[in-house]
Amino acid sequence: MSHDSHHKKENFIQKYIFSVDHKIIGLQYGITSLLFLLFGFSLMLIMRWQLAYPETPVPLIGSLLGETGILLPEIYNSLGAMHGTIMIFLGVVPLAVGAFGNYIVPLQIGAPDMAFPKLNAASYWSFFVGGVIMLASFFTPEGAARSGWTSYPPLSIFESGQTIWLLGMVFLITSSLLGSINFIVTIVQLRAPGLSWFRLPFFVWAQFVTSFLLVLAFPPLEAAAVLQLMDRVAGTSFFLPSGLVYAGSVVDVSGSGSPLLWQHLFWFLAHPEVYVLILPAMGIVGEILANNTRKPLWGYKSMVYAAVFLGFMSFIVWAHHMFLTGMGTTMSAFFQTTTMIISIPSVVILTAFFISLWGGSIRFNTPMLFALSFLPMFGIGGLTGLPLGIGASDIHLHDTYYVIGHFHYVVAPGTIFALFAGIYYWFPKVTGRKMSEALGKLHFWPSLVFMNGIFMPMFIQGLAGVSRRLYDGGQIYAHAQGVLEWNEFMSISAFCLAAAQIPFILNVLMSLFNGQKVDRNPWGATTVEWSAPSPPLPHVNFEEPLEIYRGPYEYSVPGENKDFLPQTVK
Amino acid sequence: MQVPYVVDERPDTGLINSKLAIWIFLASEVMLFGGLFSAYVFLRMAAPEGDFAYWGSKLSIPMATINTLVLITSSVTVVLSWASLKLKDFEKYKLYMGLTLLCASIFLVIKYFEYTGKFHHEIYPSSSTFMGIYFTLTGLHGLHIIGGMIVMGYMWLPMGSKLWDTDPDHFTNRVETAGLYWHFVDLVWIFLFPILYLL
Repeated sequence: MSHDSHHKKENFIQKYIFSVDHKIIGLQYGITSLLFLLFGFSLMLIMRWQLAYPETPVPLIGSLLGETGILLPEIYNSLGAMHGTIMIFLGVVPLAVGAFGNYIVPLQIGAPDMAFPKLNAASYWSFFVGGVIMLASFFTPEGAARSGWTSYPPLSIFESGQTIWLLGMVFLITSSLLGSINFIVTIVQLRAPGLSWFRLPFFVWAQFVTSFLLVLAFPPLEAAAVLQLMDRVAGTSFFLPSGLVYAGSVVDVSGSGSPLLWQHLFWFLAHPEVYVLILPAMGIVGEILANNTRKPLWGYKSMVYAAVFLGFMSFIVWAHHMFLTGMGTTMSAFFQTTTMIISIPSVVILTAFFISLWGGSIRFNTPMLFALSFLPMFGIGGLTGLPLGIGASDIHLHDTYYVIGHFHYVVAPGTIFALFAGIYYWFPKVTGRKMSEALGKLHFWPSLVFMNGIFMPMFIQGLAGVSRRLYDGGQIYAHAQGVLEWNEFMSISAFCLAAAQIPFILNVLMSLFNGQKVDRNPWGATTVEWSAPSPPLPHVNFEEPLEIYRGPYEYSVPGENKDFLPQTVK
Repeated sequence: MQVPYVVDERPDTGLINSKLAIWIFLASEVMLFGGLFSAYVFLRMAAPEGDFAYWGSKLSIPMATINTLVLITSSVTVVLSWASLKLKDFEKYKLYMGLTLLCASIFLVIKYFEYTGKFHHEIYPSSSTFMGIYFTLTGLHGLHIIGGMIVMGYMWLPMGSKLWDTDPDHFTNRVETAGLYWHFVDLVWIFLFPILYLL
């Protein structure tokens, strides 16, 4: 808008630090969360050393862990708790929602910015403060939280480090609350003229449902966090039963609380959170599949309905995490039934993705490889969840490495692969340059192999009954002896996976300056973001007001000259 | 380009951005207090017979009744302040918004005396599960009152209300949005009063 000349020249701090431009905020989220992902992954590498070679000094960084260089049990617990917390709340969700959502959603709906730009910045800075608090907790006298990312009481009431964890969570919850309100309003209100609901790209739908999950599921966790904070600070006993014995003596509290209450409130958030992790990933995969098969997504409408139904159902499955708490068979039967039902929409979406491949002229570029590998990897993750959702089989599998393998298949080679796909796919939009295909493939293939090298043996160990969260990886248990040798295999795979990320880091840094320069639509894509310049204009995105004339995936329309029809072309 | 639909409604949704946002925010608040109310039910069922009623009888019903009336009054005055803006009567707005803030302050002062009265009798959150949930729920509600007072105080003072001179419709929308929040805070108290004091 040329008449809009009141834009003052911004200095560096206004432009890159305290920016209210959704693109800068998206990049802030992206860079921060990628660093957190790397950090959370490194914590796991230390733990994997201990599991493979118990009680031997950790190489390289051993001196940081104490005089002997051996990872101590309490630090092992801290690393485990913080690995989960960081990967979920500071890594994957901010990257999937904060970064991709912020950068792509306003572009895909043809909006100049998010509905509330200042709120958007507030959301990022609240996230940042929460992240700093979580990091700082490692250096406090109490140390970082060590009660697992689930923070089950009574343990979490007594263990050190938990108070600062709760404080950090308050900031992170506030951040996603502000962010998701902003997303919902943006998607409802700022769609370009002609962009009706069923012309929205699947990615926007995925973010829309995700935002509702965040808005409605996080507050009960905030409630639970307040109650736990009261238990720790004000001496209440919401989660402590009467006559609880801790460290050899009866705990001096008024009693009559219930540890189960925490589990209910926690999983009421944390199950929808699973779909917060997976839905944006599905959205990214949908965009890339349609683009690289050069045909419309098969069953777009049923995918949208499935995503909405998935969001709704995710609120009534939480207690399938609690089959072993003795909450009763009636409750178990109910939650087992809803859990079986919620698998249906996931299968609908995954099936639609598979059928979308049928008859396509597939381009195997790096984003497509990551998106394609999402399908079987998420498939394995999803299908291995079924035995956990059935009360009877869960009795054997609960709290074993099988569970770890299951949800890591969903999140690591599932969601994180989709996020990598998104980075490779939208990098030209953000920078005007393509990432290197050769380095991309050098990143993809080893990552795929080593991901499976880490997580597939977990199923074997879990089926043999090896519990999760064991400091020695199960050495003292007779039933674990037959599967112990896998520990070293998994750890070596993890170290190799770390090495496999080096091409990615190099690729990002080198492509920023030396990547092949491309025009605004290098992939021949149809959705609206590709009509904007690369990078899109500060604060307004598009050169002129847009109108939308068609659905999101009009590829290979019979009778047309080109094999794609952008949504903005009449 | 400015973000559209700040002042005027989007034709097909019939909404301005801030009104949609505040309703979604209130939905999340419902879930927050819903979680705590569920915790109350859960804990009450788990508590020994009569325990909640016994500790509940230590609370002061007259003080809470006055507070209920004070908050309901403030809900009325906040609507009147918004209506005054619709009638383009800025002085009336100042009056009614001031009364709303006064009611909020009275509420907090009464709450302060209730709290200190309990502490004086050595009743703390740790005394029983009921007192724990009482202090948690009313404390969180009190924080919501303070949050509302900060926002409404800003719009009452010249630095916030000067928007009236440049963009009266925008300012009226802000007051309406804050008013919706204030009604919600009032409504939470309407639930807190019976479950804590009367049951």
